[in-house]
Amino acid sequence: MNAEQPSVADHPSSAARYEEHPPTPGKKPKTGAAPRAPGQEQPKLKAQVNGLDFYYGDVHALKHVTLGIAEKRVTALIGPSGCGKTTYLRCFNRMHDLYPGNRYQGEILLYPDGVNILDRKVDPIEVRMRISMVFQKPNPFPKSIYENVAYGLRVRGLKNRREIDDKVEQALRGAALWDEAKDRLHGLAFNLSGGQQQRLCIARALATDPEILLFDEPTSALDPIATARIEELIAELKEHVTIIIVTHNMQQAARVSDYTAFMYLGEMVEFGETDAIFTNPKKQQTEDYITGRYG
Amino acid sequence: MDDVTLSRTGFPNVKTLIARQKALDGLFALAGLLAMLVGLVTLAALIVDLAIDGVPRLSWDFFTNFPSRFPERAGILSAWVGTSLVMLVTAFSAVPLGVAAGIYLEEYAPKNWLTDLIEINIANLAGVPSIVYGLMALGLFVYQFNFGQSILTAGLTLALLILPMVIIATREAVRAIPSNIREASYAVGATKWQTVRNHVLPYSMGGILTGMIISLSRAIGESAPLITIGALTFIAFLPHAPVQATPPYISFEWLSDPFTVMPIQMFNWVSRPQAAFHLNAAAAGLVLMLMTLVMNGLAIYIRYRFRKRIKW
Repeated sequence: MNAEQPSVADHPSSAARYEEHPPTPGKKPKTGAAPRAPGQEQPKLKAQVNGLDFYYGDVHALKHVTLGIAEKRVTALIGPSGCGKTTYLRCFNRMHDLYPGNRYQGEILLYPDGVNILDRKVDPIEVRMRISMVFQKPNPFPKSIYENVAYGLRVRGLKNRREIDDKVEQALRGAALWDEAKDRLHGLAFNLSGGQQQRLCIARALATDPEILLFDEPTSALDPIATARIEELIAELKEHVTIIIVTHNMQQAARVSDYTAFMYLGEMVEFGETDAIFTNPKKQQTEDYITGRYG
Repeated sequence: MDDVTLSRTGFPNVKTLIARQKALDGLFALAGLLAMLVGLVTLAALIVDLAIDGVPRLSWDFFTNFPSRFPERAGILSAWVGTSLVMLVTAFSAVPLGVAAGIYLEEYAPKNWLTDLIEINIANLAGVPSIVYGLMALGLFVYQFNFGQSILTAGLTLALLILPMVIIATREAVRAIPSNIREASYAVGATKWQTVRNHVLPYSMGGILTGMIISLSRAIGESAPLITIGALTFIAFLPHAPVQATPPYISFEWLSDPFTVMPIQMFNWVSRPQAAFHLNAAAAGLVLMLMTLVMNGLAIYIRYRFRKRIKW
């Protein structure tokens, strides 16, 4: 934890104290705070991004982005190509650390403990142990279905065969792949269809019981039927896990998300409840984008 | 009758244009075929010539006899045993070093001008004449380290010779793994070493092994650097056996034994005046070619086995 950041002090690691910190406008005056969803109990905050700047070398890719991520809700990031939404998503699991010349500024506080996951002192591997990711193109390992799901568990030092078996089954059920995969667990993952492969990647991400699940355009390489299944799955998954999804497809954002953030040229233009963004955007740019005038 | 429709394309003389392009097409196909035949026919003539001379000499005795001053009694026993043992040393020293270096350069080393410089130099090293390696090995292994004119020295010399090739093959194989597979591994919380050990290395194994065997096929035919370090041309005894009947069962005495190898044996026979020895050389050449062929076949098989399971 970083003492010089006031929000950290606001959010001590006690879970009981954290209950008192829903995203109220008074406490989070920035535009990015997650508002109350209608007809639902007020969601807690799972993560708070404050003034995040990101640089690819000299390229200023994210410009002072602020956003609250509600717990067990789906937050969608939309915007035209090159607007920085994927860059933004990949900050959450420190994926940018893999490549030289990338630089973060600002903070992403992960609750309940309120640790700034962008802090240099925080090991990116530890962050990735808590926050899983599903990529744009299905990227299973060229191993068996079972080994794909079990890999995250093995990385976490799990050795007990039965425990791994149980968790693999749980994850495959969670990703709605169990019925199709249970008879071929030791068959190669590459023999699955594209949609199945993507659900396998979701199972791999779920197996380690993540706090946040990041989806980077998870259906852009899939056909409409496989896409519909993934979308159903996302609706089920949000019962248990916080989800952030980047999507090119505005209908998809409207269908699956509770909150939507519209980004343009590295800036957060508008953030709000999905219904509000799509029916009554406050900014002209947002309206232009969702009505298909550019992007 | 098609002229009517074709004229609608708006380009005049479309037909003659296509005809001319097709003629060029045929011309290139013909030139390519001839170019291929030049290589193929030369090689075939070489093999046939070698076979005509050598095949009659191939017999069990030829493999189990030591060299002799009587051509009909001379064999390649010390040569093929020497070649096998030298290759063993070469494989066990060049492969771990080359693979480790290749993976370090590709996965760990920062990408900057220094690694670029190293990359260029490794590519250059792969093209250095083998005699230069022989001279260096003579100074380093024979005189500096006192390894003598032994199998160990020969194996290490050839290992140095093929090291750049193993490194380059490893880098190519590692580079062929798409970055999204690496990212998948990192995203579940794996460290760099876990990613290398569990993913990068197994998935690139086919390419690495292929590169290794092709490098060894090059090393097996080398004679110049081994003559430089002092390989014997006439040797009528075998090195110590690597395996013994008494404990500790495995012996490394053979490493310091003198040796000869197949290409040197051939060179020796070719330089003799008697025609009968020339036939021996042809037979030894056939055996050497067969050894190389088997190694290349193995490389193709391994590549097939490993690639079958992986499609990106």
